[in-house]
Amino acid sequence: MTATAQAPSQIGEVPTFEVRLKVRRYLPPEPAQPLPYGAPAPQAEAYWEEFTVRVHGTDRVLDALHKVKWEQDGSLTFRRSCAHGVCGSDAMRINGRNRLACKTLLKDLDPTKPITIEPIKGLSVLKDLVVDMEPFFASYREIMPFLVTSGNEPTRERLQSPEQRARYDDTTKCILCACCTSSCPVFWNDGQYFGPAAIVNAHRFIFDSRDSGAAQRLEILNDKEGVWRCRTTFNCTEACPRGIEVTKAIAEVKRAMITRAY
Amino acid sequence: MQTHQYDVVIVGAGGAGMRAALEASTRARTAVITKLYPTRSHTGAAQGGMCAALANVEEDNWEWHTFDTVKGGDYLVDQDAAEIMAKEAIDAVLDLEKMGLPFNRTPEGKIDQRRFGGHTRNHGDAPVRRACYAADRTGHMILQTLYQNCVKQDVEFYNEFYVLDLLVDHDLAATHVPDGEEVHASGVVAYDLATGEIHVFQAKAVILATGGAGKIFKTTSNAHTLTGDGIALAYRRGIPLEDMEFFQFHPTGLAGLGILLSEAARGEGGILRNSEGERFMERYAPTIKDLAPRDIVARSMANEVREGRGAGPHKDYVLLDLTHLEPAVIDAKLPDITEFARTYLGVEPYTEPVPVYPTAHYMMGGVPTNVEGEVLRNATDVIRGLYAAGECACVSVHGSNRLGTNSLLDINVFGKRSGRAAAAYAATADFVELPDDPAGPVVAELEAIRTRPDGERVADIRAELQQTMDTNAQVFRTQESLEQALEDIKALQKRYRAVAVQDRSRSFNTDLLEAVELGFLLDVAETVVVGAINRKESRGGHFREDFPKRDDAGYMRHTLAYRRPLPTDGHRLWSNDSDGDHEGEFAHTTVFDGYRLVLGSKPVTVTRYQPMERKY
Repeated sequence: MTATAQAPSQIGEVPTFEVRLKVRRYLPPEPAQPLPYGAPAPQAEAYWEEFTVRVHGTDRVLDALHKVKWEQDGSLTFRRSCAHGVCGSDAMRINGRNRLACKTLLKDLDPTKPITIEPIKGLSVLKDLVVDMEPFFASYREIMPFLVTSGNEPTRERLQSPEQRARYDDTTKCILCACCTSSCPVFWNDGQYFGPAAIVNAHRFIFDSRDSGAAQRLEILNDKEGVWRCRTTFNCTEACPRGIEVTKAIAEVKRAMITRAY
Repeated sequence: MQTHQYDVVIVGAGGAGMRAALEASTRARTAVITKLYPTRSHTGAAQGGMCAALANVEEDNWEWHTFDTVKGGDYLVDQDAAEIMAKEAIDAVLDLEKMGLPFNRTPEGKIDQRRFGGHTRNHGDAPVRRACYAADRTGHMILQTLYQNCVKQDVEFYNEFYVLDLLVDHDLAATHVPDGEEVHASGVVAYDLATGEIHVFQAKAVILATGGAGKIFKTTSNAHTLTGDGIALAYRRGIPLEDMEFFQFHPTGLAGLGILLSEAARGEGGILRNSEGERFMERYAPTIKDLAPRDIVARSMANEVREGRGAGPHKDYVLLDLTHLEPAVIDAKLPDITEFARTYLGVEPYTEPVPVYPTAHYMMGGVPTNVEGEVLRNATDVIRGLYAAGECACVSVHGSNRLGTNSLLDINVFGKRSGRAAAAYAATADFVELPDDPAGPVVAELEAIRTRPDGERVADIRAELQQTMDTNAQVFRTQESLEQALEDIKALQKRYRAVAVQDRSRSFNTDLLEAVELGFLLDVAETVVVGAINRKESRGGHFREDFPKRDDAGYMRHTLAYRRPLPTDGHRLWSNDSDGDHEGEFAHTTVFDGYRLVLGSKPVTVTRYQPMERKY
């Protein structure tokens, strides 16, 4: 079919409107000298602060935060990079839900109420919306997130059928933003739990036909802080900005552990 | 302040930096210093694919790939380097597959390949399936795979450390260093974002892999963090920057937002249409149409809009039509980019065409290197112990216009080469003595900005820079528009000297770091604009309306832009510039407040292909 395409939606007409942001702030007390690398930050009180900004209809929560930082209060601190949902820097709790600020359009939120923005939960807050990601990445590193192979390396590529490739496609999409792990009530209450993101990345290799490290990974995840802590609340699946069926992936890892079929 | 010693220090943890780290860390004591967590790097935003003549789905060979790269770059490509890249592409893809990269597969289980702009069979006969891909997330998969293998190899990272100075034993921007004198890199100065502490890294070899500088423009596919840090640091030490006037504008950015929609959309059959529904690329590139190289497609789109055939209420964009593709094909091959259209514009690509317009995407220029990744201090001599790879480097494999997929290839091929070369150099070299008070200048600059009571706002200067670059130095350029941009940049640099921040704290002071990054952007922008003013021809991504033809006799040379001190006697501007050109088209000096930008040039390496008219 080569029919002429229809006119698109009227994206040229971009209305502006005001939004109120209610941001959870935390400014660590300042030492007289810079802290040495790795030293724990001294404690201070967190508080709420409200800002009002005028935004466009295509703007996202990240744009509103930038507007505050660039025009009102330069000390407001958050991580961000790509600004279109692929780098995973700007996970935060927006109106009580874990989301990426750069993928959340302001027009999709209720304009009559202030938008609440908090750091993701379960990881210690370092400043405003910035949390300590080290424990999150430490869990990820523990599950051997790399291809483990045995035997001689082939000269060309390893063969893998489209069906075998499709088997683990969903979990290759993970961007390590921590939306899932920091939405998990088990993780909130028990910082030792590996958390959904680490299990998702284990899944990505366990079900890869080229990989032979599944037994080792399942051993790691069979630990008391492993997959069995999952209570199947589906928070992680709802939180994933990449649409990964996280809870399903965890269930598949559990099943593989019992049946040893992968 | 803390001091560290490593054999090899790599600055940046995108594809080039991590590919280098995988090589260097097995051979030498290596640290990677990165201002982002490695998986946040913008390699992850690359979508469409990585070309290599695997010939998995149809006849192909690396020589055709070399030719396409040279022609795509409008003959400003160094052909020896392009040949290396096209040959080593095959192993680069196979390396990634063996590391675990989940490529899409053919029915036989081999790596699948698809069409991409400018990649052809038999020197331009027809599009060829050369791009190896993983849906439209190829860059994401490369970044993840490289990071996974860095975890496997236990590579040492300093995350959220900003490198703010490059240490060399001769500062070429401050004093005259005679030809033949050896210049060495000795390390870098970094700032720990979490604590504000300064770290000095002494290194036998430094690899710059800091990526691009798209944030000099307003409309860009680049991340907020792509501020040209490594390029500006090299330039500030008097290291030349090559071919900075060549910036690629990707045809299909989401209109008004600049978010990238991969060329793979056209590789899979997508069609560009104007407001009349016409497939206008048939007029501009009759043979390969929508799959012409990016510079040609971007100019054609901008021209449609200028001639009143733009779509939308303001007639300021064109339409990417995927509606004739099966939804199942879209879901399997282009899931992310169609999701972007839905999320950010509310457009359903199954049934509606997507509004698109060119977006600043890729810097062809950068820190000049040879094919081992060694950085050049002029047209011929290398700086010992300094390497560069990826978008911040200019080998030059992209010439004046990069072909789609060749950047993912570049970071893998030349990341690997520079990592090996740096480790080999470190095995034989000694540490070079650090300058006295190596962190002094950085600390002084940071403290001046941090404690300045009141002054210019970062966001204002940055917005004005981006606006003038979009208005005056984008797809279409003229002498007048470029001179306006230069005047604006000079004024902004003056204001930048009074830049102030609101956040005075030491912990996670991103306000302060944005101010520092703005300084890098201004420096990069000045080299782009001066190079563009001087190049009075049109070639690849650089289009001068007042000089619309390519001029091989005058300009088939690489531009080198040097920062040099002001002369002490006021008259003899050239007395100590052995590096710059003294006659011919590249003899040019622009005086800035406190220094000069001197241009020089470097010949293009031509091996097999003499320049021809570029038709598609």
